[in-house]
Amino acid sequence: MNYFQLFHLPAQFELDLTELGTRYLELQRQFHPDKHAAGSERDKLMAVQQAANINDAYHSLKQPLLRAEHLLALRGLKISNEQRSFMEPAFLMQQMELRELLAEISDAADPDALIDEADQQIQQQKKALLRQLQSALDANNPEHDHQAADIIRKLKFFFKLQHELELIEQTQD
Amino acid sequence: MAYSTKVIDHYENPRNVGSFAKDDPTIATGMVGAPACGDVMKLQLKINDQGIIEDAKFKTYGCGSAIASSSLVTEWVKGKSIDEAALIKNTDIAQELALPPVKIHCSILAEDAIKAAIADYKQRHGN
Repeated sequence: MNYFQLFHLPAQFELDLTELGTRYLELQRQFHPDKHAAGSERDKLMAVQQAANINDAYHSLKQPLLRAEHLLALRGLKISNEQRSFMEPAFLMQQMELRELLAEISDAADPDALIDEADQQIQQQKKALLRQLQSALDANNPEHDHQAADIIRKLKFFFKLQHELELIEQTQD
Repeated sequence: MAYSTKVIDHYENPRNVGSFAKDDPTIATGMVGAPACGDVMKLQLKINDQGIIEDAKFKTYGCGSAIASSSLVTEWVKGKSIDEAALIKNTDIAQELALPPVKIHCSILAEDAIKAAIADYKQRHGN
């Protein structure tokens, strides 16, 4: 299913989140199972199915990585659920160093300073990768799509790091 | 999720955690990661001039199964030749640790770490 089509949005990475939210509410109203309560069993079933599709689509389009994965899948490159290991030594070494930095926080004399340092590095890299992802996807050709897939893989590590950092911050409070 | 007793044992008492000096010519380093869960694994092998793995160390940031898989692998590779170590399959690791299907990728990661370390060794020794 093409989520962009369902939401009448152009199939591209850049997305107006406000517009997405508005379309979501409109579609939800339109396909709300209560509206089809008087219909046939088949109508009711279709409305329930469509309501589920709308929720899945909204969830996927809202998040940049899921949106990018969906866009690639529409172009015939499916990378969600892949179990392949990522093997780029320099990138992984940097990940290892950032993980080590996070591990130091709990024993640090000034944990907040380390949290800020880690946060800054993660945000900076994330931003740069998201920019690269945007231009790779905008190019819209197989070579750049493969580059985009690799950028998504890298971004997943940074989203995970960000999540880990948030957990640490919670324990610091 | 319920971990097997073997996973818990390796998780609570991980074998061979740590690092060797990267620039030591007898040390081969394999780095792998799993984008889906953000796990990062480093496996280092100390290989003598007969191509036998004398020692191994690992450092893994990830779930219990990923840590257990890498810990187990450091035990298994010791004393093996690099060719023998290359034959270790993720299915052997998964079976030994009784990993559930959703954690099979952790054993794939450990197998790939061995392969990456051996590739690093071969690259550095020019064959």
